[in-house]
Amino acid sequence: MRSVPKYLSLIVASVIVLVPMVVVLFAAFKTHAEYNSTGPLTPPRDWLNLDNFATAWTNGHMLRGFWNTTIILAISLTGTVFVGTLAAYAISRFAFALKRVVLGLFLVAALVPGVTTQVATFQIVKSMGLVNSLWSAIVLFLGTDIVSIYIFIQFMQSIPKSLDAAAMIDGAGRFTVYRRIILPLMRPAIATVVIIKGIAIYNEFYIPFLYLRSPDLSVISTALFRFKGPYGAQWETIAACTMIVILPTVVIFLLLQRFIYNGITAGATK
Amino acid sequence: MKPWLYVAPALALLITFTYVPVVNMIWYSFHYWDGLSTVMEPAGWDNYVRVFTDERYWQVFRVSLYYFGASFAQIAIALYFATVLSFSTRFRNLFKGILFFPYLLNGVAVGFVFLYLFQPGGTLDTILGGHTPLWLGDPDVANFSLAGTSVWRFTGLNFVLFLGAIQSIPGEIYEAAEIDGANRWHQFRHIIAPGIRRIISLSVILAISGSLSVFEIPFIMTGGANDTRTFVIQAYDTAFQFRQIGLASAMAVVLLLIVLAVTWLQRLLLPDEEVALS
Repeated sequence: MRSVPKYLSLIVASVIVLVPMVVVLFAAFKTHAEYNSTGPLTPPRDWLNLDNFATAWTNGHMLRGFWNTTIILAISLTGTVFVGTLAAYAISRFAFALKRVVLGLFLVAALVPGVTTQVATFQIVKSMGLVNSLWSAIVLFLGTDIVSIYIFIQFMQSIPKSLDAAAMIDGAGRFTVYRRIILPLMRPAIATVVIIKGIAIYNEFYIPFLYLRSPDLSVISTALFRFKGPYGAQWETIAACTMIVILPTVVIFLLLQRFIYNGITAGATK
Repeated sequence: MKPWLYVAPALALLITFTYVPVVNMIWYSFHYWDGLSTVMEPAGWDNYVRVFTDERYWQVFRVSLYYFGASFAQIAIALYFATVLSFSTRFRNLFKGILFFPYLLNGVAVGFVFLYLFQPGGTLDTILGGHTPLWLGDPDVANFSLAGTSVWRFTGLNFVLFLGAIQSIPGEIYEAAEIDGANRWHQFRHIIAPGIRRIISLSVILAISGSLSVFEIPFIMTGGANDTRTFVIQAYDTAFQFRQIGLASAMAVVLLLIVLAVTWLQRLLLPDEEVALS
């Protein structure tokens, strides 16, 4: 009996989390007339009415949004993995002067809130001629953050150094050791970084909003944001588009929960 | 020489897109500049004086107080559920997943979900019935609605961090405490709370810089209308709508200094020591 308040509180919290999303899901399946005549808590009459999704998909140019997001994700994640593991390899396997300084630079950079420095970063990206090109977002996401580097270093420390030594006795150079031994063993850490950073890039709004102004360069976030003005009176279309954006997150979360929880806690306990 | 080759790409990106902008930003902040013209006019401390004296600029600090207050609610809720779910519970993973999930959502999607919830005659009004305020249209209410949205979105992060910290406390300690006759409250008070003190204080510190750098939720939902303009929205408008790069840079420098001061304070108050549990 003692556990009644406990379960009650858990259920109330779950309802508060789920209801705002469930009502949007309801609206996404309603026809315009049905939306206007029924309350938000009434489930849709026809759960197979996908008209709003079709309208949202074509009018919002969501295919283009997903495509641009995919390009940005693919290039910047691949880049981050190489840039990050190479840096972590140097930091964990070499002794060199100023190592602490380099680590310190990454650490201090983590304290600078990215949204504020954009005023000045914008001028740099502009001077490189990258504004209104997908490369602006790619290059900005490529910069390895301290969390990724930390996850890589931690994992690399658990790979015995005798492995490197054995390979080097067999005549392998430092880079061969990195490519043939370290990188393949790093797979779990790479997966964690790719998932955590991938979700962050998928959700990023400010950078694409600032740098990818042309409608052709819309990513998921900015494509959805474009619905704000012109579709003010058509909530069922906005609702469908919101659900289109949320769906991949639900799938990724259900499939990769363990990696996500690990990555989130690894990042914070630094 | 060799190791530098390996860190070079990471370091080059870091310097180009973080350190150079910070240095430039400090330089811009002492000038009048529209971001286009080739000459910058020196401004002395004028931009800084304006940040602190012009009401439009300093009143954004007031708005951040709503989010700062909300982050305490967020930490308290997260702490409660992390404690509850650290003991054996039916459907534990399901509840954990539900509570955490909003944190993973796209910010624009969250904004639209709550625009829909708060709209006049919408979900919230239907549930509450009777006389309800304009959740986003009334300046006295709008900041509470937005801060509430922020709690909905970010509680899951604190919750998972706290849960992870609680679970790293060895189980034998609870068993020993139970043998000694400690109840749940005693266990929380004397085992869990000291065990996760560090992560809680870290969350409080982060709440300060977090509440000053709020951007997405108010920008997407109200665009800063009805007295909901935050520091970053103001800086964005100043730089990219009104082209006053110098003034916007001064705002960013002030924010950066606050964040650095807070972090320094944290280091001072909480040196890196592990709390001895056993």
